[in-house]
Amino acid sequence: MELYQMTIHELHEKLVAKEISAKEITESVFSRIDKVEDKVKAYLLITRDTAFEQAKDIDEKIAAGEKISPLAGIPAAIKDVMCTRGVRTTCGSKILENYVPVYTSTAVENLLREGIVMTGKTNMDEFAMGSSNENSRFFPTHNPWDLERVPGGSSGGSAAAVAADEAIFSLGSDTGGSIRQPAALCGVVGMKPTYGLVSRYGLIAFASSLDQIGPFTKDVTDCAIVLNYLIGHDPMDSTSVKIDKPDYTKALVGDLKGIRIGVPKELMAEGIDSQVKSVVENAIRILAENGALVAETSLPNLAYALSAYYIIAPAEASSNLARFDGVRYGYRVPDAEDLMDMYMRTRAEGFGDEVKRRIMLGTYALSAGYYEAYYGRAQKVRTLIINDFNRAFDEFDVLVSPTSPTTAFKIGERIADPLQMYLSDICTIPVNLAGIPGISVPCGMVDGLPVGLQIIGKSLGEEMVLRVAYNFEQLFGWKEKPNL
Amino acid sequence: MEFESIIGLEIHVELATKSKMFCACSTRFGEEPNTQTCPVCLGLPGSLPVANEKAIEYVIKSGLAVGCDISLYSVFHRKNYFYPDMPKNYQISQYDLPLCVNGHIDLDMEGYETRIGITRIHLEEDTGKLIHVGGAGRIAGAEYSLVDFNRAGVPLMEIVSEPDIRTPEEAKAYAQKLRSILLALGVSDVSMEKGSMRVDANVSIRPKGSTEFGVKTELKNLNSFRSLQRALAYEIERQKKAIEAGEVIVQETRHWDENKGVTSTLRTKEYAHDYRYFPDPDLVPMEFKSDWIEKLRAELPELPDERKQRFMKDYGLPAHDARLLTEDKPMGDFFEETIALYKGDPKFVSNWLLGDISYYLNTENLEIDETAITPRHLADLLRLIDQGVISGKIAKEIFPEIFETGKLPQVIVEEKGMTQISDESEISSIVDLVLQENPGAVKEYREGKERALGFLVGQVMRLTKGRANPQLVNRLLREKL
Repeated sequence: MELYQMTIHELHEKLVAKEISAKEITESVFSRIDKVEDKVKAYLLITRDTAFEQAKDIDEKIAAGEKISPLAGIPAAIKDVMCTRGVRTTCGSKILENYVPVYTSTAVENLLREGIVMTGKTNMDEFAMGSSNENSRFFPTHNPWDLERVPGGSSGGSAAAVAADEAIFSLGSDTGGSIRQPAALCGVVGMKPTYGLVSRYGLIAFASSLDQIGPFTKDVTDCAIVLNYLIGHDPMDSTSVKIDKPDYTKALVGDLKGIRIGVPKELMAEGIDSQVKSVVENAIRILAENGALVAETSLPNLAYALSAYYIIAPAEASSNLARFDGVRYGYRVPDAEDLMDMYMRTRAEGFGDEVKRRIMLGTYALSAGYYEAYYGRAQKVRTLIINDFNRAFDEFDVLVSPTSPTTAFKIGERIADPLQMYLSDICTIPVNLAGIPGISVPCGMVDGLPVGLQIIGKSLGEEMVLRVAYNFEQLFGWKEKPNL
Repeated sequence: MEFESIIGLEIHVELATKSKMFCACSTRFGEEPNTQTCPVCLGLPGSLPVANEKAIEYVIKSGLAVGCDISLYSVFHRKNYFYPDMPKNYQISQYDLPLCVNGHIDLDMEGYETRIGITRIHLEEDTGKLIHVGGAGRIAGAEYSLVDFNRAGVPLMEIVSEPDIRTPEEAKAYAQKLRSILLALGVSDVSMEKGSMRVDANVSIRPKGSTEFGVKTELKNLNSFRSLQRALAYEIERQKKAIEAGEVIVQETRHWDENKGVTSTLRTKEYAHDYRYFPDPDLVPMEFKSDWIEKLRAELPELPDERKQRFMKDYGLPAHDARLLTEDKPMGDFFEETIALYKGDPKFVSNWLLGDISYYLNTENLEIDETAITPRHLADLLRLIDQGVISGKIAKEIFPEIFETGKLPQVIVEEKGMTQISDESEISSIVDLVLQENPGAVKEYREGKERALGFLVGQVMRLTKGRANPQLVNRLLREKL
């Protein structure tokens, strides 16, 4: 087995045992990148030189007999939505095509402090708006399982990088499913933690009340390890929660006895591909056969989640993206007549169609006379959805559903039909609206393409989510790998 | 037709916090452009605001000082519009849930009293500053424009009055009273000159007795209390003439030209902005406990109205003096410190402070704490007068030197040999000389013309260069006549 194929915990053991060096791991991962990146196109920027410097630092620490973090020397890819000081950060957009941040986001900083080796910045739908990575202003990323298909989005590059072994793990961001959906489509583990658990400082905002950073990993144990270092109160983020940091690896207990699992019927209804549905039903059966108490439940207001989301997220985005105006940084049209001309043409050329569509939707939804009918009402729906989840968690420890209604679709298949594309996130969006944690773990295949099982927990219920995910992973024993 | 004017003021005050509203950058004034900035106040991608608790406390204290209800639940909203001085193209401000509502300021207009309602006080962030290079220094015609973000993100408190103000004098008195309250609280340096207090006035007129509002105009560029009063007086007159000439008042923003003394159209409100306010999702709602509010209330310093009452009661000052002395915190402090050293008649101190000293300060455009004079100087000076060492006239003469040099009055008097002549024999001989040289006046006095005495006193003063003790001169003249 090659080093690039291994997990964080496997590599850490070998590093501590001095069987391998961080340099060797890094070389292995970059040899893999050299081999497959042309096909996958997961990265917008590869930071090879700094990666080897970081690896060298870790090897020196090990040589000096210092204790190293479980993440030390582990090659990781970062979604290009997180600011990295001195390293170009584009958000997948032309408007930031040459933008080099002066500071590093808290989440990335937290991992750099532990000694990760950053391999590069991954491709994404522009400003994290999309479900296929086709909205990247640079190029689309290809699904490692079938290069003609999308990896999902918006964190498609991060998901594909891990699936193709071009990174041991990666970071993504999830506003409506942007971690879980590509994780499902690429056959890796992807988690969106509780809103506020991971600092958003330095995460270029799409929809501030929904955005959350989370990891893509090869297994649930790695997910717990990354989460341990990713989270924590950040005084720079007013929405960051203050909690005692748990050790999530301690939650990985091999036992499902008595755990109550609810299956919301709204997330198994029409729109879910029948083959995906039967793979997920099989996964649920495995859980039930191994001690979990499974029952169907109903969260009636989930029916309105997509509608509410496509008011709230664009509304916030319309304001968040106002700062990209050509005045201080980023793209500016070279030949503007005056201020208004500069604003309008910079933004017309700098933003892609989907971004412009959402800015317009959001601007409209916040306009005088429409605010109550749209934004005000969507917020009320959001409250109803939160109430639905709260009621469900009185009865259940976790809820499960398909992560994505379909497997990976073909590049170009949905790009002309935004509504069809929006439906990709029908199972994941309610979780963002409620601010609760959700994970996607591989649970089988349909026609050679992976299917994800979504496990949803209550607010700050990461430990229970990870426990159920870990048990499923152990019971299911999925070992498939894409053939690249 | 007789008209009455309806005036409401919107006053922005920069708070004197050490750091900005949503980041840790310094609020220091006058630094090199863009040196007081960070990713947050530059609105760089990914940066997030964290509210300055001191600024919130300052606004709540201001609200308490003007009798506002303090909201126990308050929210920051985003006010969305594009302008290059605003890094995020939205301003974090407050909308329907401001920190303070429903307050008032009472005005003593010397002859009548009036209460001006305060609709709301809210907290927001200041914008940066545009510098237009080339052309006339305005954006149109400029070669290029620069932005200085040092002020961007400085906490700004907006105080909105009810349209309760009826005259330009009341508007000025309201703004001055508000300033004196905020100075007493120490929440801002409230300087119109430095721009830390900015006043915009809304004004309309209507036939006296009418209850409907007329169309209002908004006046900008009011850079002093005087220009506030003048601009309003001009605008009211302009509106009257327009209505009497059958013209229609247009709702618009008008620019006050201090030199020409006129207002002119800046922009009309046809294209009203839609600011698309919505709660800022990057900030959590502010929730306050009422005991914390009560703690802040208990911490409030003595406010100008309370001080005025105390000055009247403790020092026996007339209302007029007490009001003027307490309008300005440093002035009131100066008064009290002088009294403590001088221990003489408070009214005497007040006369000096409100007379010669205020005149000097106004002429030089200085605050009392910006000059070399201290309460020690004034107390010593008054004591020298009381002791008959110098006359009041001499005191007035040496005053500018005290201001400029900070020398103690007795030192100046010594140096200049200005000590009052109180030696009876010395004055007596001068009196004899004056009587000898002015037989006409002597005759008039003896014929009962009391006025002639003044002339003779004047002659003695002239010969002694004002140094003769006036009481002594009077007594001796009468005796000898």
